[in-house]
Amino acid sequence: MEMVGGEEDRRLEETELRLGLPGGRASEGETAVAVIKCGGKRGFSETVDLMLNLSTKETLMDLNDKVKRNLAKENDDPVKPPAKALVVGWPPVRSFRKNILAVQKSDVKESEMMSGGAAFVKVSMDGAPYLRKVDLKIYKGYQELSNALGNMFSSFTVGMIDFMNVCKLMDLLNGSDYVPTYEDKDGDWMLVGDVPWEMFVESCKRLRIMRGKEAIGLAPRAMEKCKNRS
Amino acid sequence: MGENRAEVPGCGGDSQPPCPDQVLENVLENVLRFLTSRRDRNAVSLVCKSWYLAEALTRSELFIGNCYAVSARRATERFRRVNSVVLKGKPRFADFSLMPLIWGAHFTPWLTAFAAAYPWLEKIHLKRMSITDDDLAQISHSFPHFKELTLVCCDGFGTSGLAILASKCRQLRVLDLIEDEVEDDDVVDWLSCFPDNGTCLESLSFDCVELPINFDALERLVARSPNLKQLRLNQFVSIGQLYRLIVRAPQLTHLGTGSFSPPESWVPGEQEPDYRAAFAACSSLVYLSGFREIVPDYLPAIYPVCGNLTSLNFSYANLNAEELKAVVCHCYKLQTLWVLDTVRDEGLEAVATTCKDLTELRVFPIDAREDSEGFVSEVGLIAIAEGCRKLQSILYFCQRMTNAAVIAMSEKCHDLVVFRLCIMGRHRPDHLTNEPMDEGFGAIVMNCKKLTRLAVSGLLTDRAFGYIGKYGNSVRTLSIAFAGDSDMALKYVLEGCSNLQKLEIRDSPFGDSALRAGLHHYYNMRFLWMSSCKITLEGSREISKALPQLVVEVFRSGLAAVRDEDEFVDTLYMYRSLEGPRNDAPTHVRIL
Repeated sequence: MEMVGGEEDRRLEETELRLGLPGGRASEGETAVAVIKCGGKRGFSETVDLMLNLSTKETLMDLNDKVKRNLAKENDDPVKPPAKALVVGWPPVRSFRKNILAVQKSDVKESEMMSGGAAFVKVSMDGAPYLRKVDLKIYKGYQELSNALGNMFSSFTVGMIDFMNVCKLMDLLNGSDYVPTYEDKDGDWMLVGDVPWEMFVESCKRLRIMRGKEAIGLAPRAMEKCKNRS
Repeated sequence: MGENRAEVPGCGGDSQPPCPDQVLENVLENVLRFLTSRRDRNAVSLVCKSWYLAEALTRSELFIGNCYAVSARRATERFRRVNSVVLKGKPRFADFSLMPLIWGAHFTPWLTAFAAAYPWLEKIHLKRMSITDDDLAQISHSFPHFKELTLVCCDGFGTSGLAILASKCRQLRVLDLIEDEVEDDDVVDWLSCFPDNGTCLESLSFDCVELPINFDALERLVARSPNLKQLRLNQFVSIGQLYRLIVRAPQLTHLGTGSFSPPESWVPGEQEPDYRAAFAACSSLVYLSGFREIVPDYLPAIYPVCGNLTSLNFSYANLNAEELKAVVCHCYKLQTLWVLDTVRDEGLEAVATTCKDLTELRVFPIDAREDSEGFVSEVGLIAIAEGCRKLQSILYFCQRMTNAAVIAMSEKCHDLVVFRLCIMGRHRPDHLTNEPMDEGFGAIVMNCKKLTRLAVSGLLTDRAFGYIGKYGNSVRTLSIAFAGDSDMALKYVLEGCSNLQKLEIRDSPFGDSALRAGLHHYYNMRFLWMSSCKITLEGSREISKALPQLVVEVFRSGLAAVRDEDEFVDTLYMYRSLEGPRNDAPTHVRIL
C-alpha cells in the first residue's frame, strides 16, 4: 500500500492537520513504527499538537478506493486478485461474529488465532453523535488508521466547507485540535502512537478522538506508562 | 357476522334494505380477516375499489420492506386498523461496513405516525433500522397494549431505553434483541426494571447485549415470569448461573445458554451442580444456542435434550469433529444447524448420517479472512447433499470447492430454496480441475426449481450468469461479489431473472451499459446495490432521469462526499419509491 508523498504535502505540512504521530512529523513515506522508535516520551506541547489528518485528497482515499482502482484497470487478468490488498467487508461475516471468534479459546491453533481473527474496536469522536467500529487488524500501521479515521469523521469537522481548502479549515478548527486516544486493557486512557503498532492493536479496547483541551490531563499519565514500560 | 340481517338484496320490504354494496362489504371484510399472506392481500386490493377499501380496513399487519419506499403518512392513511408493524431499513451490505456511518433508516418519524394512527399497536418488528432510547421511551408511552418488540440488526439504543421499556410496558410478552449494536456508554440495570409483581414475558433474548448484567435480578425475573418459554442469554452468564435459571424454568422451549463455561473465579475441583439433570428436566426444549465461550467438557449436559432438538446453534462454539459428533448423534429430529467450520468435513459427515430431517445448515468460518486455512471443503458439502435430502437452505463458508460437489447438491437436494456458497479466497476456481465455478452454479439454477435466494462466489465468468439468467426465473435475491468478466454478465441477469427483487453486487466489472439493461425491471425490484463496480455518475443520472419513481443514491463508504471527478461511483443504491428523494439524507449521500 503505497504512501503518497510529494512536494505539495511537505509545503502544507506546517498547516496540516494530522492524526496521531508523536515524536515529530513523519513524512508521508515513513511508516509509523519508524517514528515511534525515537523515544517513547514526548514533550507535553508536542502531544497537544497532534491533530486530525484531513488535508490532501490523496490521503483521504480509503482502502476501498485502492482496491477499486486495482480492479478497474481494464487490462488486469481477472483471475489474479489484487495482491495483498485488504478488502473491507470480505468475507461477508458480520463484525460481531468476527470479533467474538477472535477471543475464543482454541485448543489446537491458539497461536494462529492470536495473529488471525479480527480486532474490532469502537471509535467515537467528541461531538459526533455516532460510534463506528473498525477492525484494527486491517491496517498496517498508524498512518493507515489515521487516514481511515480522517475519512470517517471528516464531515463533522468540516461540515459543508470544502475540505480541500486548508486555510478555511484552520479558521474553522481554530483552537479545537483533536487528539486520538484509546483505552487499553488496563482501562487506562492513552494517547495513540505511544507504543509499537502491534502492541497497540493487542491492547486497544476502544478509540476516542478527544478535543485537545480534554486530552491535556492524559499526557502525564501516558508518560508515566511509557516510563514503566521501558 | 354482519350488522344487518341477511336480506335478499334488491327486494323491497318494510325496512330499509341494505344496499348490495353494504352486504358485499360486510361479507368481504369478514372473509378477508382470515387472509394473512401479504401477497394475497396485495392481489385482493387490486380487484376493484371496494375490495381495495375492504382489504385496507382488514389488514392488521403492516409490512414495509424498505422504509423509504413509502411514507409513514401514506401507509397510515391507507391502513387504519393495524396492530402489528414490520419495518426494514438498510440494505444487507450495511452489515459488512460497506455503508457510510450515517445514512438513514431512522425509526422516529415512523413512530410518530404510528403513535397518532395506531394507539392500539401491539407489535413492532424492525430490521436494520436506527432506534433511539427516546424511541423506546415513546413506545412505552404511546401504546398501552404494547406486547412485542423484536429488533434485528438495529442500532442507536442502549440499556436506558431498555429500562424504560421494561418498566412501563406492563403487557410486554416479547423482547427479542437479535444481532443489534447496543450502545454501551451508559450501563443501566434494565433487568431490574420489569414489574415486581410478575410479568407476562414469553420471550426474552439479549444475547447481543455485550454488557454485564445483574444476575440476581435476572434470576428473580425468571422466577416471576411463569409464561416464559424462550430465553436467550448473553455471554456474561456463566454455566453455574445458567443452571440456576433453568431449574426455575424447566418449561423453556428455546434456550440461549450464554457462555457455557464456568466463571473466571471458579476453581476446578469445586462442587458443581448436576447440569445434566437440569437439562433433562427441560423436556420441552427444542432450540439451543449460545455456547459463547464453551468449555467442551460440559457438553454432555445437553445430551438428554438432543433427541427433542429441532434447532441447534453452535456458531460460536469452537468444537472439533469428535465433540460435534458426540452431540449430533442424538439429534435425529434436527432441522436447523449452525456450526463453525472447526467441525471439519468429518463433523459434517456425522451430521449427514444422523440428521435426516435437516432443512437449514450454516457453516461459518472461525477465521474469516481471505487467506485463512478453511476447514471444510467439497467433501463436507457432498456428504450433506447425500445425507440431508430435505435440505432447503444452506450457507457455507469454505476455501476449497469443486463444481462436482455443487452439481451433486443440485441433483440431490430438490427442495433447495436458499443456496449461499462463499468461497472466501476471491476468484478461486474449482480446486481440483482449476476451472471456473460456472458449471456448479449453473446446475443449481437449472435443477433447483424452488430456488429463490442465491449467493455466488469463486472464479466466475460471464457464462455462469448466462445460466442464471436463463434458468434462474424463480430467483428473488441474488448476491454477487468479485465475479464476471463483462457487462454481459449483468445483462443476462437483468434480462433473464424476471422475479428478481433484490440484487446486491460488489467489486465486479459491470458498467453503465449493463445498468441500462435493467430499465424495464427496476420498478419491480425492492433495490439494486452496486459497489466498487464500473458505474459512472453520468450512468447513474441517466437511470434516475429515465425512471422518475426510482430513488438513485450514490455515496462512498466513509463520510466523504462523492466527487464529480471520480472515474466511477463508489456505491450506487437505488430503490423504487412513491415519495421521491428522501429529506433525511446526510450531505455525503447524493441523491440524483
